[in-house]
Amino acid sequence: MVLVYLDQADQQIKKASIEALSYGAAIAKQLGCTTEALVLGTTQEDLTSLGMHGANKVHQLKNDALNFLDVKVHATLVAAAAKKINATVVVFAHNINGKAIAPAVAVRLGAGIVTGACSLPNTSNGFEVTKTVFSGKAFASIKIETPIKVIAINQNSFGLVAYNNSATLEMIDLPIPTASIKITKVEKIEGEIPLTEANLVVSGGRGLKGPENWGILLDLAKALGAATACSRPVSDSDWRPHHEHVGQTGIQIAPNLYIAIGISGAIQHLAGVNRSKTIVVINKDPEAPFFKAADYGVVGDAFDIVPKLTAAVLKAKTN
Amino acid sequence: MKILVCISKTPDTTAKIAFIEGNTKFDESGVQWIINPYDEWYALVRAIELKEKDPATLIHLVTVGGVDAEPIIRKALALGGDEAIRIDSNSNDSFTVAAQIAAVAKEGAYDLIFTGKETIDYNSACIGSMLSALLDLPFISMANHFELNGNTATVKREIESGEETCEANLPLIVSCQKGMAEQRIPNMRGIMAARTKPLKIVAPSSTTATTSISKFDLPPAKSGVKLIDPENMDELVRLLKEEAKVI
Ligand SMILES: Cc1cc2nc3c(=O)[nH]c(=O)nc-3n(C[C@H](O)[C@H](O)[C@H](O)COP(=O)(O)OP(=O)(O)OC[C@H]3O[C@@H](n4cnc5c(N)ncnc54)[C@H](O)[C@@H]3O)c2cc1C
Repeated sequence: MVLVYLDQADQQIKKASIEALSYGAAIAKQLGCTTEALVLGTTQEDLTSLGMHGANKVHQLKNDALNFLDVKVHATLVAAAAKKINATVVVFAHNINGKAIAPAVAVRLGAGIVTGACSLPNTSNGFEVTKTVFSGKAFASIKIETPIKVIAINQNSFGLVAYNNSATLEMIDLPIPTASIKITKVEKIEGEIPLTEANLVVSGGRGLKGPENWGILLDLAKALGAATACSRPVSDSDWRPHHEHVGQTGIQIAPNLYIAIGISGAIQHLAGVNRSKTIVVINKDPEAPFFKAADYGVVGDAFDIVPKLTAAVLKAKTN
Repeated sequence: MKILVCISKTPDTTAKIAFIEGNTKFDESGVQWIINPYDEWYALVRAIELKEKDPATLIHLVTVGGVDAEPIIRKALALGGDEAIRIDSNSNDSFTVAAQIAAVAKEGAYDLIFTGKETIDYNSACIGSMLSALLDLPFISMANHFELNGNTATVKREIESGEETCEANLPLIVSCQKGMAEQRIPNMRGIMAARTKPLKIVAPSSTTATTSISKFDLPPAKSGVKLIDPENMDELVRLLKEEAKVI
């Protein structure tokens, strides 16, 4: 049986976890078993609707003390649930919370783990899963050698799949360990799309010359409904907030569309964005290395091109 | 206060990524090695700052690797830290690495264990979390801010839509990222001092690997960029809609 851990924020199941559920259900299909999901904490949505994303059964441990992540507590509970329902494969989203607990769950289950997975398992000779390595510059096929397997699937690598299952909801009863940390404050960036969950990202580099010029980029992002990102020197100079820094030493993202404006395409920058499905580069230097990694390129002055692109996006929307 | 900082050796960020022996091994020829940036810039430097505030603090560095990891651990010692431990084992299996570090951590009875948020080669982000299960300690991941007040740590961690502030009592494990500290360059005095700092080599404890790498692959090359006339942004929008189907 495949067990998928569903991570939540604000009592909503995260998009990355729904994708993990679709992925887990595909593994269950391969193995000829059922897909069950686990939700820790209270939620607002109707969990039986998760059938359409692949769940046959959803287990919930309803206790609002579990709404925020405490790795020690959550990992203990997921491992206990996996044992209780005899899961052979446990799936997580490789998002912030998934990364934090999946390895601990693997240890507690004596299971081998692949994090950053980007393929369905190949079961023709054992159980092999492909993952991204060297910051997206290569792939490795990893053989899991233990009877129980844990997989954390990269965001936006499998996609959402529609299923026809009708899921039942069951309350699961497990002893909740004492809290090991206390959350004292949660600060939300209001009105912004979280970068790691965004389908569309507009990103700016040093070519925009200064923070006062970001208006054209924000207008484009708004027209598209995109999140915003930036290169490292931009956040290092405090032109933009640190959480927008993408790259090898920032956030790694894999949106459907990444638009790079005035970014040269240094190898460390590419390492954070090279898994994007489509890359558009706007740069005045035709020799900028980023063009080699791009699907579409526009050579020219960003200050001229970006407003025109925004206008074209808005025009296409109204048509 | 005793802090253990986990240090990993990784290829330089500009290293050419290629594989040999039928794509089963990373091609190390010509590769420059560095301290994993998250371990160096954030975990180690924050530990050094804590020691600067409280000189009674002891910092130990630990790495799992062969003799070839020694220049890296010496470089880390040049930044700071009192002594280093090299566990003489080479493994690509995160569990094996974590189990080795856990054995050293148990023996050293550390108050604080720092790791980087992930390594830039295998990107597995496993060690801190695994240590928390192996040592049964609280773990806070992706921290960008860390303060200590007596026995209580206040830590800010990244979440998808912002930041969470948590409090935890020591002993504690924290994985570190940007924001924790500012990168430092080792100075001559540090480099000289590092030569004589103790570097203990310990034999690996016996563990069984849970995974193995069967092969590597490089991504298929991009088919080449399609250049769009800067005067025709309608065409770019059309392509994104109809060809790439992303908007
Ligand atoms: C260990 C290490 C880790 C690193 N990690 C990261 C990381 O995580 N993320 C990251 O981004 N960088 C990282 N870097 C830095 C990286 O090497 C580059 O220095 C950085 O990405 C360059 O940022 P940029 O493209 O914004 O600036 P630049 O390289 O200065 O490029 C600016 C670009 O803008 C173009 N331009 C200028 N004016 C205009 C205009 N009017 N219209 C259009 N285009 C214009 C120029 O042609 C140029 O291509 C790292 C470096 C190291 C050594």
